[in-house]
Amino acid sequence: MRNYEVTFIVDPTLSSDEIKSAAKKYEKILADAGKIVYVTEIGLRQLAYPIKNRNTGIYYCVEFEVANGEIIDKMELSMKRDEAILRFLTVKLDKYGVKYNEDKRAGKIGTIKKKKKVVEEDSRDKRRNNRRKKRDAPAPKPKQEAAPKETETATTTDAEN
Amino acid sequence: MASRDDIKFLSNPNIGSKRSKYCRFRKFGIKHIDYKDTAFLEQFVNDQGKVLPRRITGNSLKYQRRVATAVKRARHLALLPYVTDLLK
Repeated sequence: MRNYEVTFIVDPTLSSDEIKSAAKKYEKILADAGKIVYVTEIGLRQLAYPIKNRNTGIYYCVEFEVANGEIIDKMELSMKRDEAILRFLTVKLDKYGVKYNEDKRAGKIGTIKKKKKVVEEDSRDKRRNNRRKKRDAPAPKPKQEAAPKETETATTTDAEN
Repeated sequence: MASRDDIKFLSNPNIGSKRSKYCRFRKFGIKHIDYKDTAFLEQFVNDQGKVLPRRITGNSLKYQRRVATAVKRARHLALLPYVTDLLK
């Protein structure tokens, strides 16, 4: 029993019924020929480059198990003729690939966390930012307020004496 | 004749040779590279979308070839671009 994985992109401009029926058609072909292990609908995704003037696509990934690979040729031919399918890729999975997929579904495989880019200030930016802070800061209190405070403290000390 | 211990240098001659590269697949026992995992594959690709050479990534030949085929499959499925300027 050989394990294969086919990933295909469905045209996003179709109605959701047509999208579902396009995916179901290939699921049925594979289910009749062998056994479907899992169907992943990755969903709408941005394409890295436009395909047929479309910038997004709906990704499906079907993992299946067959006795021999005859069905793959027929499936690929019908995908090529189908106008709803933009791209497809069939891959044979070895035992490590099968295990990887199982672990991925069980959540054992972690994802990479993106490090936040720390933009360091160089000296020129620092001076500019400090100048901006001083300019935008609220106006400092006028010096007159300082004078009465001094006289107040003077009077209190006199009273204590 | 002075022995090896007596010879002192102004700066350590071993400096700069510390970071030894290793193949992360062999070290951590990763056997399968998924072409659908773009976040993982972007580590092996430069900001123009080109596959990085083995001397930079430190991969062994076996896994460098697998990484390259995974990147090429991802490019076919429009998960990674063929050529770009602002990948990272």
